[in-house]
Amino acid sequence: MEVAEKSVSELQELLVHKDLSSTELTKAYIERIQTVDPKLKAYLTVLEDQALAQATEADRKIAQGEVLGSLEGIPMALKDNMCTEGVRTSCASKMLENFIPPYNATVTDRLRAAGTILLGKLNMDEFAMGSSTENSYFTKTRNPWDLECVPGGSSGGSAVAVAADETAFALGSDTGGSIRQPAAFCGVVGMKPTYGAVSRFGLIAFASSLDQIGPLTKTVRDNTLVMNAIAGYDPMDSTSVPYEKPDYTKFLVNNIKGLKIGIPREYYGEGIDPDVAKGIQAGIQTLIDLGAEVAECSLPHTEYAIPAYYLIATAEASSNLARYDGVRYGYRAEAEDVLGMFKKTRAEGFGQEVKRRIMLGTYALSSGYYDAYYLKAQKVRTLIKQDFDKAFERFDVLLSPTAPTAAFKFGEKSANPLAMYLSDITTVPINLAGIPAISIPAGFVGGMPIGMQLMGKAFAEGTLYRVAYTFEQNTNYHTLKPSLSEEVLLGW
Amino acid sequence: MAISREDVEYVAALARLELTEQETLEYTEQLNSILDYAVMLERLDTDKVMPTAHAVPLYNVMREDQVRPSINHEKALKNAPDGEDGFFRVPRISLT
Amino acid sequence: MVVADKYEMVCGLEVHAELQTKTKIFCGCTTEFGGEQNTHVCPICLGMPGALPVLNREVVNYAIMAGLALDCEIAEFSKFDRKNYFYPDLSKNYQTSQFDLPICGKGGLEIEVDGEKKWIGITRAHMEEDAGKLVHSGETISTSNESSVDYNRAGVPLLEIVSEPDLSSIPEVIAYLEQLVQILDYAEVSDCRLEQGSVRFDVNVSLRLRGETTLGTRTETKNLNSFSSVRRCMEYEVARQARVLDAGERVVQETRTWDEGRGITLTLRSKEEAHDYRYFPEPDLAPLVIDREWVEKIRQTLPELPVARRARLQALGLSAYDAALITQAKAMADFFDQALSVYGDAKTLANWVMGDVTRLLNTHQCSVADSPISAKQLAELLALLDKGTISGKIAKSVLEEMYSTGKDASVIVKEKGLAQISDEGALLGIIDDVIAANPQSVEDYRAGKDRAIGFLVGQIMKATKGQANPGLVNQLLKEKLS
Ligand SMILES: [Mg+2]
Ligand SMILES: [Zn+2]
Repeated sequence: MEVAEKSVSELQELLVHKDLSSTELTKAYIERIQTVDPKLKAYLTVLEDQALAQATEADRKIAQGEVLGSLEGIPMALKDNMCTEGVRTSCASKMLENFIPPYNATVTDRLRAAGTILLGKLNMDEFAMGSSTENSYFTKTRNPWDLECVPGGSSGGSAVAVAADETAFALGSDTGGSIRQPAAFCGVVGMKPTYGAVSRFGLIAFASSLDQIGPLTKTVRDNTLVMNAIAGYDPMDSTSVPYEKPDYTKFLVNNIKGLKIGIPREYYGEGIDPDVAKGIQAGIQTLIDLGAEVAECSLPHTEYAIPAYYLIATAEASSNLARYDGVRYGYRAEAEDVLGMFKKTRAEGFGQEVKRRIMLGTYALSSGYYDAYYLKAQKVRTLIKQDFDKAFERFDVLLSPTAPTAAFKFGEKSANPLAMYLSDITTVPINLAGIPAISIPAGFVGGMPIGMQLMGKAFAEGTLYRVAYTFEQNTNYHTLKPSLSEEVLLGW
Repeated sequence: MAISREDVEYVAALARLELTEQETLEYTEQLNSILDYAVMLERLDTDKVMPTAHAVPLYNVMREDQVRPSINHEKALKNAPDGEDGFFRVPRISLT
Repeated sequence: MVVADKYEMVCGLEVHAELQTKTKIFCGCTTEFGGEQNTHVCPICLGMPGALPVLNREVVNYAIMAGLALDCEIAEFSKFDRKNYFYPDLSKNYQTSQFDLPICGKGGLEIEVDGEKKWIGITRAHMEEDAGKLVHSGETISTSNESSVDYNRAGVPLLEIVSEPDLSSIPEVIAYLEQLVQILDYAEVSDCRLEQGSVRFDVNVSLRLRGETTLGTRTETKNLNSFSSVRRCMEYEVARQARVLDAGERVVQETRTWDEGRGITLTLRSKEEAHDYRYFPEPDLAPLVIDREWVEKIRQTLPELPVARRARLQALGLSAYDAALITQAKAMADFFDQALSVYGDAKTLANWVMGDVTRLLNTHQCSVADSPISAKQLAELLALLDKGTISGKIAKSVLEEMYSTGKDASVIVKEKGLAQISDEGALLGIIDDVIAANPQSVEDYRAGKDRAIGFLVGQIMKATKGQANPGLVNQLLKEKLS
């Protein structure tokens, strides 16, 4: 087995016992990137020199027996909407094509403090708006399981880099499913933590009240290790919650006897591919066999989540993206007066989907419509939250498919925005409620991975990890790798 | 059609987006289909429902009034499309 | 003027006062005035992608303090909202402000215009962030081909105080503004440096025919920064609207800007543009729950306000006029109180403070704050005067000496030997000499010409370089001559 294929926990063993140096490991990933990424296009920026320098430093610390970070010497990559001082952070937008942040996001600092090596920045839908990464200004990222399929989105680059062994782990951001859906499409583990569990400081905002950063990893254990490094209160983010951060690895117990799992009926409505439903059904059976108590339940307001989500998310986005005007940073189109400069800059700097959402959000907030749209959506948000609160009185965890289908082909949905929005039905209610949810590999449909989504109470990430770990230990989906042989790579 | 072409032009002006004829037509149609779908929200009686702005409610999040270092000129203007002698420059501001 | 007979003015004001915090409202950058352009900035106040705001606690404390000083209700629940509009000095192209739940509710203050007292209502006061500064290449914004932006001021905390449309004349407007600024000064929430733009005024004015009850269409003129520009701007705007109405046309509801150079107002933003701010709750900030203990704690620290201060001085025997004069600026009032704590005679003190001390400071263009004569030093001087150690005439010269040297009165009196001669023995000798030298005057006095004694006293004072105790001289002289 190649080192690049190993999990973070395996790599930690090798590193601390000096059976492998961080430099060797980093080189292995860079070689892997050079081999597969010309085809997969997961990376927007690769930081070979900086990464090797950081690796040398890690090796020195290990050699001299210094106090090591919790992830010392482990290479990783960040979605390109997380600020990295001195390293271009583009949000996959023409608008920020040359933007070099003067500061680090809190997660960037925390991962650095943990001793990780930054390999590079990963592709995404422009400003995290999309479910296929097709909205990137720069390039399409391909799904390693089928190069004709999308990797999902908006954290498509993050999911692909992990699935194709181009990094040990990656961070993504999730506003309406952007970590979980690509994780499902690419067969990796993706966690969307509770809103407020991971700092948003330095995360380029899409929708402030919904955005949340989380890890994409090869195993559940790796996921807990990364959460240990990035989660916890941050005074720089007013929405960061001062909660007692547990050691998430403590929840890695292979036992769910007596755990109560609810199956929300509304998540299996029309639009769900029957084969996906079947696959998840099999997964549920596995959990029952392992001693879980499973029963059906209802989240009655689920269908209202899509319109509520798109009104809230676009309204907030229309305001968050107003700052891109060509004055302080980013793209500028020349014009003889400021008004013209603003209009041209934004018309040329933003892509179609971003402009469409700015238009929708601006309309939803414009005079006369606020109550009918934004306020109404926020009230519906309350109802959706109450649905979950009720369900969690009976159940420890709720379970559903992460996405209605497996990965689809390029262009299949991009023609019809509404159709694309509707495919988020299984993920957006979670962001509206602010609760945590994880997607884990749960089988294959037509050779493409599918994901099982586990939802929990606010700050009950631990319970999700326990169920996910138990499922993982009793299945082998996570051990399967896409074949990226010469032929496959040259076949294009 | 809930949204007219005029609405779209008005919104584009508010959002400082110069739209092509093509885009104006497209957005008019797409915003209508999306908002037609959103009409379903009206079915819900929410008169007695409080809005949720934050999923995890927090109050009185404040910092102390202590000076933290600012960033230097060079850093502040590094990304400026048109920065000169420490200023961000913009073309004429016409009073409409 | 004609306008006044035909039309009646209705005016409401929005006052933006910078709060006296060390740091900006949402970031740790200093609020210090001046400083090289774009050096008091950071990713947060520059609106950099990914940066997030964190509220400065002191801003809320000052806002509550101001609210209490202006008799406002303090909200129990308050939140921030985004006011969305594009302008180059606004780093995020939205201003973080407060919309439907401001921190301060209804309040008001009393003004007096030629003896007439009038209560001016305050609708609300809310916290918000200041914008950056635009520097124009040309004379004015409209004549410039390009402008430069300095974001040092972006994010400085502001309290926006909105009045009711209760003001119906320009003198009332000025009186209201003077009162308001004075209160903010006394409450120590703003440094009130108008010349540095730390308090700025937006004027909403409309006209209606006298006797009309419905309001006319108003215009809002933004960002005036002195009382005089407010006066000039209003005179212009009232006349302009009157012309429009006289011509049978309608006033356009719009936001205008004051061109100080040309002394005219110009259209800035037209109505529909101006009024679709798409306010919505700021998702990056948590709301405020202000319990009453918090408010009471601040009430305890509220300094004495102008009205109370004036009342106290009048109770000490000062005239309303004197009390008003001394309390006009807080610095002067504080100087007076410090002196008073040592020297009990309020009236004498007031005369000196308003008279010689003020004159001295004015001639040297020195503010009370950095007067080289401390309040305590002044008190000592007056005490020496009362004790008869020095005469009033000498006291004035000692005061000047104190100003230039900073020395204590007693030191100067000793060094220059300015103490009065009250030693009878010493004086009798001099008196005898003077009597001997001026037989004619003695004759006249004895013949009943009382004036003559004044001449003799003068001669004695001359002989003692003004240091003889005049009272004693008179007494001794009369005894001698009788
Ligand atoms: Mg304001
Ligand atoms: Zn700052």
